[in-house]
Amino acid sequence: MARTLADKVWDLHAVTAGSGGDAGGTDLLYIDLHLVHEVTSPQAFDGLRLAGRPVRRPDLTLATEDHNVPTSDTLLPIADPVSRIQVETLRKNCAEFGVRLYPMNDPGQGIVHVVGPQLGLTQPGMTVVCGDSHTSTHGAFGAIAFGIGTSEVEHVLATQTLPNARPKMMAVNVEGDLPAGVTAKDVVLAVIAEIGTGGGQGHIIEYRGSAIRALSMEGRMTVCNMSIEAGARAGMIAPDETTYAYLKGRPHAPKGALWDEALLAWSDLRSDDDAVFERSVTLDAATLRPFVTWGTNPAQGVTIDGRIPEPASFADAGQRGAAERALTYMGLTAGTPIREIPVDTVFVGSCTNGRIEDLRVAADVLRGRHVKAGMRVLIVPGSMLVKAQAEKEGLDEVFRASGADWRSAGCSMCLGMNPDTLAAGERCASTSNRNFEGRQGAGGRTHLVSPAVAAATAVAGHFATPEEL
Amino acid sequence: MQPFTVHTGTAIPLRRSDVDTDQIIPAVWLKRVERTGFGAGLFSAWRKDPAFVLNDERYTGATVLLAGENFGTGSSREHAVWALTDYGFHAVLSPRFADIFRGNSYKNGFLPVELPEDFISQLMAAVEADPATEITVDLQNCEVRGAGLSHPFQIDAGVRHRLLNGLDDIALTLQSEPDISAFEARRPTWLPVTV
Repeated sequence: MARTLADKVWDLHAVTAGSGGDAGGTDLLYIDLHLVHEVTSPQAFDGLRLAGRPVRRPDLTLATEDHNVPTSDTLLPIADPVSRIQVETLRKNCAEFGVRLYPMNDPGQGIVHVVGPQLGLTQPGMTVVCGDSHTSTHGAFGAIAFGIGTSEVEHVLATQTLPNARPKMMAVNVEGDLPAGVTAKDVVLAVIAEIGTGGGQGHIIEYRGSAIRALSMEGRMTVCNMSIEAGARAGMIAPDETTYAYLKGRPHAPKGALWDEALLAWSDLRSDDDAVFERSVTLDAATLRPFVTWGTNPAQGVTIDGRIPEPASFADAGQRGAAERALTYMGLTAGTPIREIPVDTVFVGSCTNGRIEDLRVAADVLRGRHVKAGMRVLIVPGSMLVKAQAEKEGLDEVFRASGADWRSAGCSMCLGMNPDTLAAGERCASTSNRNFEGRQGAGGRTHLVSPAVAAATAVAGHFATPEEL
Repeated sequence: MQPFTVHTGTAIPLRRSDVDTDQIIPAVWLKRVERTGFGAGLFSAWRKDPAFVLNDERYTGATVLLAGENFGTGSSREHAVWALTDYGFHAVLSPRFADIFRGNSYKNGFLPVELPEDFISQLMAAVEADPATEITVDLQNCEVRGAGLSHPFQIDAGVRHRLLNGLDDIALTLQSEPDISAFEARRPTWLPVTV
C-alpha cells in the first residue's frame, strides 16, 4: 500500500501496534533521540526518583540549558534565584541519571533545537521528542519530531517509548520560485495565515514542492519549526542531497561504511507517488511577499505591503472578536499601513531564526549602516557554535558597528523567561515564533518577521525590507 | 493518577478562541521545579483585569471551563494543565484543542472534551443566564449534559480506559518491556548516540 513519508518513519518505530479494545488505537513508538532542557524536565526526573526508575537510554538523551539563561554576563551566576535553581536542578538531575549536558558557557551549549542538528544528532527517518513544542524543527531532516509535556518526558526517560495514535497526514505544497527577498519565514507565516492556527491539528504536515526543495537546511528548519503555530503535531520535509550535504562530516553523523548504509536507508524516505494525504494545500511561491504579523496569534498576519485589517472584515464571529482584542492589546488602528508602524525593539534569534544563515542575512543588511537612534537591537546566536562561526566571519563586528547588541546563546527574547524581555507597551520586530500577549514580557507587543525584515526595520525605525533602505 | 468517571459542577464561560498556554500560565511561572501551586498563576495576566470572567464572583467554585476553539494552543508546557487542576477545574469543553495540551490533560486525569461550537454556545448562554447551572461530564457514557441539553463526545478507547481506571501510563508501557528490548536489538547500527 502506498505510504507517506511520515507513515514510513512511523512504521519503522512502532514497537507494538494499537490492538483496539481497551488499548485503543495507540501505537507504542520508539524514540531515537530525546532532547531535554531545564524548564519541562525537573518534575519528570522527580517522578523517576519517586518510582525508583532509571533513565532507560541515557545514550539517546541530551540536555542543554537554554530557556532561562541570560545572554550577557554569562560568566556570572544567574541573578534570578528561581531561574538559577531551575538550571542547577537540571545539572543535578543530569549528573544523577547519567545524561549528557551542555551547560552555560560550554562550547556545545545553545537552544535545544539548534544544538541537535548542528551536532548531526538529528538525522533522516528518526523519531525526536523534547518537552518543547518547537521540536517540530527537526522534521526538516525527514524525522518525525514533536513536542511533549512533562509527563511524557518522564515516560520517554523511563521507557524510551511513547504511546501515540498515528496522526493524519497533510500535504502543504509550495510550488514555484520565491521572489527575491522572500524567505522561509515568510513561507511558513503565509502557510499559517492560509490554514489558521488550528489548521494542522491532529496532522503531520509534509512540506513539498519546488520552493521547499530549493530551501537550505536552515530555511527548512525555520519552516518546520513553526508547524506548531499551524496547530500541527509535526512538520516534515523529505531528505535529499541538501540534507545529506548538511549532515556529512558532522560529529554524530554516520561515518565510512555506516554512512553508505544510512544513505541507502534514507533513500526510501519519501512519500510514494500515490500516497494519500487526508488534506492538501497548495501555495504559489511566486505570489508570496515578506510577512508581518499584526495580532496576538501567528495567523494574524499580512504582507508588508498591507494594512492593519478592519475587524469587521472577518466573517467569523470568533475571528472578529479575536481581531478586536488583538488590536486593543497591540495598540494598533485598523487601516494603518504596516510600513508606517514605528518599532522600538528588534530581536534576531530563537530556534526559528537563530542559525548562522539568519545572522548572515541580518549582517548583510546592517553592514555599513546604523540602526535608528533609540532603537534597541538584540542579535542572539542560537548556539555557542553559531556564535563562534559568526565571530569567525566577522559578523559580530558588523553588528556592533551598526549599534546592535551582540549577545551570547540562548532562547533570549523569544519567551520572557530570562532577562531579555520587552517592557509594557514596547513594540518589537521579532524573528521568533509567537506573538501571544505578553510572550516577550508583560504588555510587550510582538510582530513576527524574517531576519531580513527585522534588520531593515532596525535601520528604518518602522517595518521595512532591505530593498527600501 | 486520580480516575475520571463522571463529574458534575458549575461552569465558567470563557468566550475567547485561541486561548494559548502562555495565557493559561505565563512563562514566569515556568521557572518553578514543583508540580503543585500553579493555580495562583492561572490566567494571571488576564486576571489583572477586574472584568475578566474568572474574577466574576457569580462563577466562584466552578469546576468546568467552557472555551472557544483551539484551546491550549502554543507551548507544550504541562504547567497549563497543572494550573487548571490546581485552581479546581476538572474538565474543559471546546470545539477544538491543541494536540499537546490534549495529551497533557489526559496524563493528569483532566478531561478536555471536544464538542460542536453550537452546543458549547448554548451551554455558555445557559451558564451566563444562571451561573448555578450544573454541567455533567460523563466519561462512562461519553456524554455531556446540562441546561436540559445533552451531547455525546468521542475519545480514544485506550485513553478512556486509562482515565476511567486512573492507570499509570509508564507502568502500562513497561509491561511491553520485552517488545522494547527486542526492538532495540533490531535498531540500525548507524543511528547516533549522544555520548
